[in-house]
Amino acid sequence: MLLLNQIHKVFNEGTLDEKIALEDINLKLEPGDFVTVIGSNGAGKSTLMNMVSGVLTPDVGDVFIDENKVTAMPEYKRSRLIGRVFQDPMAGTAPSMTIQENLAMAYCRNRRRTLVKGVTKKLKTTFREALGTLHLGLEDRLNAKVGMLSGGERQALSLLMATFTDPKILLLDEHTAALDPARAELITKLTGEIVEDTGLTTIMVTHNMQQALDLGNRLIMMDSGKIILEVDGEDKEKLTIEELLHEFQRIKGAKLNSDRALLG
Amino acid sequence: MGSALFGAVESGVIYAIMALGVYLSFRILDFPDLTVDGSFVTGAAIAAILIVNGTNPFFATLIAIGAGFLAGCVTGLLHTKGKINPLLAGILMMIALYSINLRIMGRSNVPLLNEESIFTKVESVFSTLGIESLVNSVASAIALGSITSTWSILISMILLTTIIKVLTDFFLRTQVGLALRATGDNKRMIRSFSANTDQLTILGLGISNALVALSGALIAQYSSFADVGMGIGMIIIGLASVIIGEAIFGTKTIAVTTFAVIGGAVVYRLVVSLALRVDFLETGDMKLITAVIVIGALIFPQLIDGQKERNRKKRKRLQQEMKLKELQDGGKDYASSKSDSQSI
Repeated sequence: MLLLNQIHKVFNEGTLDEKIALEDINLKLEPGDFVTVIGSNGAGKSTLMNMVSGVLTPDVGDVFIDENKVTAMPEYKRSRLIGRVFQDPMAGTAPSMTIQENLAMAYCRNRRRTLVKGVTKKLKTTFREALGTLHLGLEDRLNAKVGMLSGGERQALSLLMATFTDPKILLLDEHTAALDPARAELITKLTGEIVEDTGLTTIMVTHNMQQALDLGNRLIMMDSGKIILEVDGEDKEKLTIEELLHEFQRIKGAKLNSDRALLG
Repeated sequence: MGSALFGAVESGVIYAIMALGVYLSFRILDFPDLTVDGSFVTGAAIAAILIVNGTNPFFATLIAIGAGFLAGCVTGLLHTKGKINPLLAGILMMIALYSINLRIMGRSNVPLLNEESIFTKVESVFSTLGIESLVNSVASAIALGSITSTWSILISMILLTTIIKVLTDFFLRTQVGLALRATGDNKRMIRSFSANTDQLTILGLGISNALVALSGALIAQYSSFADVGMGIGMIIIGLASVIIGEAIFGTKTIAVTTFAVIGGAVVYRLVVSLALRVDFLETGDMKLITAVIVIGALIFPQLIDGQKERNRKKRKRLQQEMKLKELQDGGKDYASSKSDSQSI
């Protein structure tokens, strides 16, 4: 479904600020895969997401979605295939527009926008049903401006908007990080339900190890622009936070040792 | 007095079309577009020169609209593809258009006296249909008969402005219109829903300047001349209309806001024509008056809101004090009743 082939990306090449953001990333997602991505700040998780969404293009390597090469496809075109939820609850919705208008825009994600009315009676029914699945009572507030919603409500709406038109790939970029624990829990629960119901091929970046273990069938750990650990299927189900931390230290330690050997 | 105010309403309704254009760029796209000062004159210049050369005034006005659309698109291209800051892109286009407008007209002023215009055409249609005499008899019945020589301009322009308003309202509710509004509201979001924000910005600025040029073409025919300097400060007049209108009529929905913008344009004209009646003010003071009006419209709502907020807090404090007092009194009652019971 998604294939990242030998992706390299360097920022500010040739300057003092040079930073290798991604180094030889190879990742293949089968339809229905739900991959959680963990790693410390600066590990390259967000760059990886931006490669898939088309915000950034790789220096070397290619991105394939559904066997089609999309490496050079601009972000707005690639968005037809990809649903996204951002970390900032303010980023995924238009605050001065109403809930139904926001949903109508999301509805057009994989359609050509024309001069027909954005919000029709028929769509309103669809929106109401879809909002009902969130259990937040938003279905009765179709005409409320999204700016009036709380962060949690906005993020739930973003999640719905990103998923209800059946994208090929769903990208979740630390989408619960800016919420209080209770809201984060709610959004995590909703994410699990929605992905399970729709069978979307998903990549989720998170700093929350428990969340990374609870959700999804695969887990990858990144560090310094590389994928340093991949755990799939049954192994992932048995994995605990302690093991994960231990594994992280083991790999980092081994790397440190080999660096030392090189320097020595 | 009466006829001066009538004239202010007439021109206000025509300038309202320009104000709607400014509303589209300034509010909907969140793009302070200074192209307006130039594209207004472009509309006027093209209409004037075509009419002088014998073109049908309706057709001339259509060409003017097209030219305004192109001018807006160029500003949009400068900003989106050339990555030039919005203000600068607008200013660049504005001064470029100054020279282009001079070229179009061939001189700095084109008079349109005794030429056919949209208004002479409409007037003749009105009089053949008998609408003029009908309105006149109604007007004289309510003692407004002597106010104007013709009602056709006001009626036809109200009709046109209303049609444009309704079309704008509808457009902003279409799929494209929603994406356009989101482009001004949250670019990142609408890009993630597969909208080409560059294209939408260019389209929005094009439509905005098309309306501005239409207004310029009509004003040239209304005041029977086009002048290369007639656009100076036009963006401020547009902003004044938007801001005054929003302050008076509110912004609850798109339809209310576009109505407010039209109302604001008329109110602005009325205020200016009233101000010019003050003895020591001259026509040259017009820009200063405009600036003062805009500053007033920006600051007054804040002052009013501030006062409202202070009043609200005062009320709240009083309520709190009342509650406290009640509690203390209640406490005394309780204490006394307690001591009573003890004494028994």
